[in-house]
Amino acid sequence: MAFSNFFENLKRFPLIFRESLIRHDKPVTDRARSQSVFSNIFLHIHSTRVHRYALKPTFTFGLGVMAAASFFILLVTGVWLMIYYKPSVVEAYGSIKDIQNIVPGGQFMRDVHRWATNIMIVSVMLHMSRVFYTAAYKRTRSFNWVLGVCLFVLTLLLSFTGYLLPWDQLAYWAIIIGSNIAASPVELTDALGITHIFDVGGLTKTLILGSENIGQEALIRFYWIHCIVLPLLLILVLSPHLWRVRKDGGLARPDNLTEKDLEGTPVDANAETVFKNAPEKTYNLMCLVKGKTPAVGRGPEQTVSSWPNLLVAEVAVFMLTLAIVCVYAFALDAPLKEIANPSVPENPAKAPWYFLGIQELVSYSAFMGGVGIPTLALIGLIFIPYLDREEQVLGRWFDNATGKKVAWHSVFFSIITCVGMLAFLVKFGWLRNWFPQIPQIVITVINPGTVLLGAVVLWSFFIMAKHDSTRMGAISIYTCFLVMFLILTYFSVYHRGPNWDFYWLKSQWPMH
Amino acid sequence: MNTANDDTINRRDFFTLSTYTAAISALFVSILGLLKFPMPGLFPEVSSAFKIGKPEDFPVGSTKVYQDKNVLVSRDAEGLYAVSLVCTHLGCIVSTTEKGFKCPCHGSVFDGVGSVIAGPAPKGLNWLDISRLPTGKLIVDTSKTVDTGTKMTV
Ligand code: HEM
Ligand code: FES
Repeated sequence: MAFSNFFENLKRFPLIFRESLIRHDKPVTDRARSQSVFSNIFLHIHSTRVHRYALKPTFTFGLGVMAAASFFILLVTGVWLMIYYKPSVVEAYGSIKDIQNIVPGGQFMRDVHRWATNIMIVSVMLHMSRVFYTAAYKRTRSFNWVLGVCLFVLTLLLSFTGYLLPWDQLAYWAIIIGSNIAASPVELTDALGITHIFDVGGLTKTLILGSENIGQEALIRFYWIHCIVLPLLLILVLSPHLWRVRKDGGLARPDNLTEKDLEGTPVDANAETVFKNAPEKTYNLMCLVKGKTPAVGRGPEQTVSSWPNLLVAEVAVFMLTLAIVCVYAFALDAPLKEIANPSVPENPAKAPWYFLGIQELVSYSAFMGGVGIPTLALIGLIFIPYLDREEQVLGRWFDNATGKKVAWHSVFFSIITCVGMLAFLVKFGWLRNWFPQIPQIVITVINPGTVLLGAVVLWSFFIMAKHDSTRMGAISIYTCFLVMFLILTYFSVYHRGPNWDFYWLKSQWPMH
Repeated sequence: MNTANDDTINRRDFFTLSTYTAAISALFVSILGLLKFPMPGLFPEVSSAFKIGKPEDFPVGSTKVYQDKNVLVSRDAEGLYAVSLVCTHLGCIVSTTEKGFKCPCHGSVFDGVGSVIAGPAPKGLNWLDISRLPTGKLIVDTSKTVDTGTKMTV
């Protein structure tokens, strides 16, 4: 008996094994596909059905998925680069050269890793803006916005710690500048005369560098942070971020949708009969679920099944991201400067483009530009959903005509003030050029960066009062920050030359 | 909950309570330990002092730049002094100009004695301590700063 069972089981093994692995029917019907989404832990971050509005390409532009796709590409290429990279000040630079010159596909792998960073940063910023302008941070989604801000910070930190690893000139001077920015609260504690008892700046710096100086300890710490700590943290934060999108009932959408809103989205012909042939189901879980319970015996309106509709859209965005990165990598190699030289900084020493806006601010005041203003901006971002709680339409770009108008006005306001300020600065200089003896604390408090910040805050309060709406205030402050960030970035990429002097064109840089 | 007697606590409640207490205190202690871990008791020491030779090597009016140490040593009628070439803004290395020093990173400008004239540097370049060994050789210590204008009479 046991013997025959044994052989019977052996014979049926492939079938039994498959059944133990996949516990639903062939995914050819909507019902079986829903089942697979429902029973697979990875697919389960999707709900089984998704609202048609969420699939409207001009609503999300697939930006969140694009950020996730580029992160995935970075994970894979990064883990592969780790096979050859050596985190030692003596060998790091050479190991990067080896990756480029003797590892099969090494140059390509490195290029993809570098350029996918760019795609990730751009898509995270655009995704944040799409969430902001469609008011998708409201109602139940406030905390998911906060998780988003954490992801934004983690993305920037990943990029910063990553470009230090090649230990070339860019890397070396970036760590010097970065760690001194971390130490810049000294500017403040010095002014208060308390540095000798409470040296936050110095403490942070030694914590990052693992030493008083920059060397092996610093490199291995950055390596550890870049390859282990930050990716793990990002995954840790990303999981609830995605989970919450599901738990909040999918993406934000207007309460009163018109046919026009849903134009160009897939339709489910069987939507009306979805629950009819479902097996008996107990609805005990429903007691826990907030909001409206689904109507049994009637398909939930305007939804389609996630597989294939959402899944295909996601794979499409993924493939698009991959294509962009590959073309980029074929066209352009990732930069690698000369090996680090501790006595000769690059001139000009420029960070990657996405940090240049901050570098411009840092050139006014290390503490305000590198710590003060970025921290205020992040706190401001986190507070948006808690200070703007107005009930309104969700999921429409700029809400309505007023929102659009406020956004445009803010664009003009920030172009005028920011360009005006830069022109003034280039032409007339700042306080220290006029009063050489001026104490540092005055410059720390009053510099072009803080003046612009003040102007933006005043403008946004003005808009908020004028329209009697916190949402309009939020739109104006977010728009101003975004536009000024772009202007400052453009300005320091194209108009800052040797010694951080102003030049119209790169061809006018003095030769040396 | 066993409410038979207010003074006694039943086995299950005791067990629950001690598990929570253990877990929370273990968490607390491990976080402290994890945070302390990256701060070693002794940092790798890089020697900050270096020899620059005898006073005679520096005739009045001469200036020498020690590239690998990022230090400038100069002698005028009043004496010998050493200026650090590390920018006080964010640590780039300044280059010497006719009138003083200039930083390539964010454009800080310093005059001949290292005081800030323009740019974001919060204070002037550091002046460094020069001391004399019994052998007569001079030593500059980059970790010891002295007040601007402190010169060693030789
Ligand atoms: C690593 C970075 C990030 C990844 C991979 C990511 C991923 C995603 C994905 C896949 C979605 C689904 C909807 C969509 O594609 O638009 C989403 C939604 C959302 N994200 Fe992100 N995100 C990131 C960063 C951010 C940031 C920086 C913010 C804002 C500060 C943010 C706030 C939100 C919010 C509030 C939602 C819900 C939107 C809605 O319900 O309509 N996320 N995220
Ligand atoms: S490091 Fe010298 S000006 Fe910034």
